[in-house]
Amino acid sequence: MRLRLEARQQPSRTMQWASPVLAAVLAALGGGVVFAALGHNPATALATLFLQPLATLDGLAELGLKATPLLLCAIGIAVGVRANVWNIGAEGQLTLGAITGGGIALAFGGDGHWWTLPLMLLAGAAGGAFWAAIPALLRTRFNAHEILTTLMLSYVAVQLLGWLVHGPWIDPEGFNFPQTRMFADDALLPVLLEGARLHAGFLLALLAVPLAWGLLSRTATGFRLRTVGQAPAAARYAGFSADGAVWFSLVLSGALAGLAGVCEAAGPVGQLQPLMSPGYGFAAIIVAFLGRLHPVGILGSSLLMALLYLGGEQLQVTLQLPIAATGTIQGMLLFFLLATDVFIDQRLVWSPRHA
Amino acid sequence: MTIDRRSLLAVPLALPALLGRAQAADPYKVAFVYVSPVGDAGWSFQHELGRRAVDAALGGAVKTSFVENVPEGADAERVIRRLAQDGNKLIFTTSFGYMNPTERVAKAFPRVKFEHATGYKRGPNLATYSGRFYEPRYLTGVIAGRLSKTGVIGYVAAFPIPEVIGGINAMQLGARSVNPNATIKVVWTSSWFDPGKERAAADTLAAQGADYLTQHTDSTAVVQAAEEKGVWCSGYDSDMLKYGPKTHTTAVEMHWDDYYIDRVRQAMAGSWTSGDVWGGMKQGMVKLSRFNPALPAPLVAEVTAKGEDIKAGRLVVFNGPLKDQAGAVKVPAGRAMTDAEILGMNWFVEGVQGRAGT
Repeated sequence: MRLRLEARQQPSRTMQWASPVLAAVLAALGGGVVFAALGHNPATALATLFLQPLATLDGLAELGLKATPLLLCAIGIAVGVRANVWNIGAEGQLTLGAITGGGIALAFGGDGHWWTLPLMLLAGAAGGAFWAAIPALLRTRFNAHEILTTLMLSYVAVQLLGWLVHGPWIDPEGFNFPQTRMFADDALLPVLLEGARLHAGFLLALLAVPLAWGLLSRTATGFRLRTVGQAPAAARYAGFSADGAVWFSLVLSGALAGLAGVCEAAGPVGQLQPLMSPGYGFAAIIVAFLGRLHPVGILGSSLLMALLYLGGEQLQVTLQLPIAATGTIQGMLLFFLLATDVFIDQRLVWSPRHA
Repeated sequence: MTIDRRSLLAVPLALPALLGRAQAADPYKVAFVYVSPVGDAGWSFQHELGRRAVDAALGGAVKTSFVENVPEGADAERVIRRLAQDGNKLIFTTSFGYMNPTERVAKAFPRVKFEHATGYKRGPNLATYSGRFYEPRYLTGVIAGRLSKTGVIGYVAAFPIPEVIGGINAMQLGARSVNPNATIKVVWTSSWFDPGKERAAADTLAAQGADYLTQHTDSTAVVQAAEEKGVWCSGYDSDMLKYGPKTHTTAVEMHWDDYYIDRVRQAMAGSWTSGDVWGGMKQGMVKLSRFNPALPAPLVAEVTAKGEDIKAGRLVVFNGPLKDQAGAVKVPAGRAMTDAEILGMNWFVEGVQGRAGT
């Protein structure tokens, strides 16, 4: 008898959803081994990593806060990947959303208009959409691949933000430090819990989940996107526009990333700084795939990813474990996900030695 | 590391005992927040040496802890808050970008004391501290001016904030004091810690004729690049001689140990007050690290003597006349820049190439 992999007739739907859960469990077990090797009780360390951040209301609020930009960016990325459009540059679109939304905040904040905040959110989404529209144009007009153009434009966006906060938008009372002045109170997102930092942007991110799900599975547009992604020849035959799918998915994911950016600026940060995101746009790519490119799955994976960040800090604060320990667990999570994903299309079978 | 089964079993058993004793003799909890990984050299590593010095000096009376690699921005506030909630009584936040988060948390925790490095916002429970990094930086300029053959110094810098601009200007003034044709070329990396970018910047500067390299960033990448290319360099934050045994002349080294020990002692004794400390070579907060044995003896003697002049106040780095890049007099002869002017410096002195902005 020996063990071998055999192709399944159809991809397993069960495995498709069980795989990330299995990967998370395996990563937790692997993490336990790492903690034990570092001389800590694995149970204590795992509880510190996964449970302690959730023990207080404030902790839960922080989890939602950390998940918000990941969720928004990942949903946009997933819609694109369904249409076989790869937006790697959510980081740049997020940054541009922070710039355009923040620009509104600096121009009108403190004047007491009711429309300041709504306009900021619109401007943030529009800024992100515009930044993603450039790769859409380059792709449909010049056939330049969006993986390259979206990624490269991310760096341009960060430089643009850097120029603004070092130059025209610098806080005149800030000793020449590269930052804008703090946004006025009417240009800040309302906080959902007294004393915590969770803001209304979290609700927008949550709202994006059913909307994206409805778009993908219940509308003709979603059907076209998926057809273009999965069966380009059939899509052409049906008269579905491939260019249209590129434009739609890039602009939509850019708008969501831009919204994430303005929510960071008008939420926990409260001003513009040279760097508005510690890599949310890139982490969101992982989140999207961990969530199986499905809006509901992405809600779960964005919370898991946020929990890993929070738990990593908690491990440092309470157990003095190095940040690399958390990085190791994140790495294991992805490693095990790739490993368990093998069983979506294949299965393990026992077979007689001389079959 | 091995798994010690006995200590592992002991944890649940010891827990009730620990909880019961907790009120009796609590060690004083002190926490540090670092912007980069601790590693074994660099800005955060020097703060970590300070933390270890506190441990060594005060022993069981304190319990210190740190959180490393905390991004400036939204995450910092959560980390600082968590440390305050966790019972830390004194919290050092060691990067400029922690200023607004530290201020917000300080307002929410009036009984906890906070110290923010390199910032300018203070409060009743929020003090600031920094070092006069420009003083030893001037001395590395003297070394560069003497050693460079092309007269071009390559400078890899993170952000054009006054602290960094002041360092570049000090080095330029030091270099011009011995070589009137010396110039500095600057490349910005827009990041405090990005070894890849720092390396690429060093390569660019060397390709543009710089034969002396230095950096105002947190990694050792520039020193390693200089060692490979065989050009002179000076390190920053830490003694980086082991990364450049042949070419590392010396480094602008920070020394937080005494300050941290003093402040923790004051906090424990109840005599801590808010304020601003800006320590120079005289106070020992900044210094030059050991010289490379390959440096010519007359140069070492010259630099050592000038260091003594700085300590004694005979040599003032930002002393007039100082001209900007266009040659306009910014500080007239016979007058030195005030601390406030140095803290807000946003212009380059004559001889620096590039703009004081990204």
